[in-house]
Amino acid sequence: MTQDEHKEGFKGMANPSRYGIERVAYWLMRLSGLGLLAYFVAHIYETSNILRGRVGWDDFLALTQTPEGHVGMGIVIAMCVFHTVNGIRVMLGHGGVGVGKPTRPDYPYDPASQNYRHKIGIYSAIILAAIAFMYGMAVMFGE
Amino acid sequence: MAQVSDVADNQPPQTKTLRIARFNPEKDNEKQFVEFSVPVEKWTTVLETILDVKQHHDHSVAVRYSCRQATCGSCGMIINGKPRLACFTKVSELDSDVVTVEPMNNFPIIRDLAVKFERLFDTHHKIKPYLDREDTELESDAKEFLQSPEELEKYIQFANCIKCGLCNSACPTMATDSSFVGPQALAQAYRYVADSRDKGKDSRLKIIDDSHGIWRCHFAGSCSQVCPKGVDPAMGIQLLRGYMLGFRS
Repeated sequence: MTQDEHKEGFKGMANPSRYGIERVAYWLMRLSGLGLLAYFVAHIYETSNILRGRVGWDDFLALTQTPEGHVGMGIVIAMCVFHTVNGIRVMLGHGGVGVGKPTRPDYPYDPASQNYRHKIGIYSAIILAAIAFMYGMAVMFGE
Repeated sequence: MAQVSDVADNQPPQTKTLRIARFNPEKDNEKQFVEFSVPVEKWTTVLETILDVKQHHDHSVAVRYSCRQATCGSCGMIINGKPRLACFTKVSELDSDVVTVEPMNNFPIIRDLAVKFERLFDTHHKIKPYLDREDTELESDAKEFLQSPEELEKYIQFANCIKCGLCNSACPTMATDSSFVGPQALAQAYRYVADSRDKGKDSRLKIIDDSHGIWRCHFAGSCSQVCPKGVDPAMGIQLLRGYMLGFRS
């Protein structure tokens, strides 16, 4: 990223504040994707501990049976739900489904692709992720 | 007219602060902001405040402009954090005492607020922005290519593009990928693919079917939110991808 190119860079890509809920969804999608990838790698490492025998496996599993471990699992559940629901919305949009039809634009030019169907999809993904997080917390801390 | 004049007489112009990013790539290492006090009426545009600075304070401020009516696409810049046309943005609608203007992101800076458009024009040219077919309607004995109003509606929205570059400046993929074709060119690819007179659909889809082409769009929609002409590039790109995925024919 050189000054010649004057790219906005990662800071600009990750800034969710200027372009509405669609840009927030874009940012959360990237964040949850990276989070799930990190969880996938950690999960493989965790399950590989079974090679250390039952004691080693139980010792490692005990690390996740803590309040911090439970919150971490809750976040993984929330990321999974958001990424799935928002991913379905994005996949449909990528196929041209629900993005509106071309028409002669009238001022003030409300973009049809940013319509209420997609906004409902984004808010649904966020709300369902929050519900899944709270349900996960209730199950893990309610033992 | 008398009423307009009365209102103007009763309300003296306000003074606002205009912060202009100054940068000369040949001399400077980073942008520096210079502040000016400018008079502002209810109808004053950001471009008019910049021209006021050039006329009364510092004529060396570099800015590109021409039509002053959102038609030429020359005066795109970052105004209070978002890409906008300076001639199409009234200071009063920004609802701020400080107006900050910077050069558009994702475009190399020539100086101050003026940026290079070569890459945008290159990518625009790359997708063949013309009717691609063997025959022509320009010869004297040729018939014009007929088109129904319904066929026109399929692409006329995308023909409004003025190549101002605001969509490319707002795009999060453009922010990190130097090779990405960009929303402007992709929307124009759709404009010609959807045109019933065009015969170059397959070759055009082949051009954008690239790792830095249409697949790098993640439907953030920021391009459509900043378009000053209602082109909605995000819609065009998704509809275009619909052709490639087999959702449309």
